[in-house]
Amino acid sequence: MKPISHLVKSVPPSGIRRFFDIVAQMQDVVSLSVGEPDFVTPWRIREACIYSLEKGYTNYTSNYGLLELRKLISAYLSKRWGVEYNPEKQVLVTVGVSEGLDLVMRAILNPADEVLVPEPSYVSYKPCVMFAGGVPVPLPTTIETGFKVTPEQIEKAITSRTKAILLSYPSNPTGVTASRDELQSIVDMARKHDLFIISDEIYDRLTYGGCHTTMPSLDGAYERTILLNGFSKAYAMTGWRIGYAVAMPDIIEAMMKVHQYTMLCAPMMAQMAAIEAMKNGSSESDEMVEEYNRRRRLITSGLNSIGLDCILPGGAFYAFPSIRRTGLTAEEFTERLLMEEKVAIVPGTAFGECGEGYVRCSYATDTDSIKLALERMSRFLEKIGAAGSVKATRRE
Amino acid sequence: MKPDEFTIDILKILEKDSRATLSQIAAMTGKSEDEVQKTVALLEGQGIIRRYKTVIDWQKTRLECVNAYIDVKVAPSRGVGFDDVAERIARFPEVHSIYLVSGELDLRIIVTGKTILDVAHFVSEKLSTIDRVQSTITHFVLKCYKEDSEIFGEPSDDKRLPVVP
Repeated sequence: MKPISHLVKSVPPSGIRRFFDIVAQMQDVVSLSVGEPDFVTPWRIREACIYSLEKGYTNYTSNYGLLELRKLISAYLSKRWGVEYNPEKQVLVTVGVSEGLDLVMRAILNPADEVLVPEPSYVSYKPCVMFAGGVPVPLPTTIETGFKVTPEQIEKAITSRTKAILLSYPSNPTGVTASRDELQSIVDMARKHDLFIISDEIYDRLTYGGCHTTMPSLDGAYERTILLNGFSKAYAMTGWRIGYAVAMPDIIEAMMKVHQYTMLCAPMMAQMAAIEAMKNGSSESDEMVEEYNRRRRLITSGLNSIGLDCILPGGAFYAFPSIRRTGLTAEEFTERLLMEEKVAIVPGTAFGECGEGYVRCSYATDTDSIKLALERMSRFLEKIGAAGSVKATRRE
Repeated sequence: MKPDEFTIDILKILEKDSRATLSQIAAMTGKSEDEVQKTVALLEGQGIIRRYKTVIDWQKTRLECVNAYIDVKVAPSRGVGFDDVAERIARFPEVHSIYLVSGELDLRIIVTGKTILDVAHFVSEKLSTIDRVQSTITHFVLKCYKEDSEIFGEPSDDKRLPVVP
């Protein structure tokens, strides 16, 4: 047999796969390792989809997606964030942000083009760059700088091949958000070196206590930004696989070209559901955000009180505490916690090398499970002689 | 005076889980336990928090129990409207809830009893004989699907994969 593609072979397997297999076989595990809402899609959205099926909406749609949905997306971006996109030429409905990410890489990268990826980052970013023939350049960050990249760090990493920077605020796995000023300094750097900005804002509605800043609303960002977003997190619609990309018309057209020949269009039933989400889903979405906010404070204060230094995250539904004081690696900590106390969390190393020394705890789970997980983690820390408490919760 | 965000947050937490402890509420709202305790005491004192209760699916216990919705036509009286009659009806222990409603009839009462006879007795002996009660329509509840925002049925399981990036 001839070997498989070098390119695909060169991409390492997912860091959480092995871990997944262990958890899947265990009983009574309290899981803080799930990166999706614990809510079921609001009934009005599910019902709208069922109704559309009853009416026979089971066809292909325009490659760009249903115009009604694109108009709603455009209106949402305008009303909520004050950025204007023409629904006919600048909006592409995708199969989740995941597809959007793949499309944008294939649309903009030439072989060996470099993409800057601040880490810890979502697991798909680097592989997507590589599959498109590009080279991901990780920019490591730590808890001391609030897991944020600095303009100096970006400047240092730039070469003649640097094509784009990929940002995601609020962040999975760290939960951190970025202020307008911080983002502007990154945009200025992107302008100076003529880089595309790929902004994954899937958690835009899941921000607490501060307002989200959308990338294209910044000075000088609009023309060079590809904004990716979707319905999975804000409306608890992960399994529907529905998202969108907005950008300048030529970029959207290039992305549409790949989408047209590989995906054709996003599933019509998911698009019908997304229309209902956009039209009438915001109150349910807001209620979920309120609930996440309570859990966020509960888990962060809990982690700090048992001795795991943790920033109060400004968005998403993840806490990313440091486990350095335990002397264990992230993998050791995670595996022992799972085996000895049956709590599943994800080692920070799944999100990049600089994730060593951290673990990701998802609070997309009910408060009883969070409380139980914290009790078990506390017992585990005592057992390994690392009990204590961090005095003040770090603020972002 | 309208309650502030912190107060509303406390009410929502307790409405969902009346067993939430002071320290948990403090953690969830980002305030101190003292502040939470003071606010809860104030809310109790003002009668905004009435009591701490549990939602029970009695159907599952197989205990005999009957609920009925009874609509009541009442002749209003000058000065008090329906209030005096409503308050009089509300005092009966069989009455679970009572509302003044718009529509054809005036009061809607939810009555609970052990048997249909209990409810029938209450309607014929107590309710219908009150002055200014002109007529009643009784609807017996056959099955409860949802109560206090809780859908009764099989508890839904978590369909998510155990680890998701």
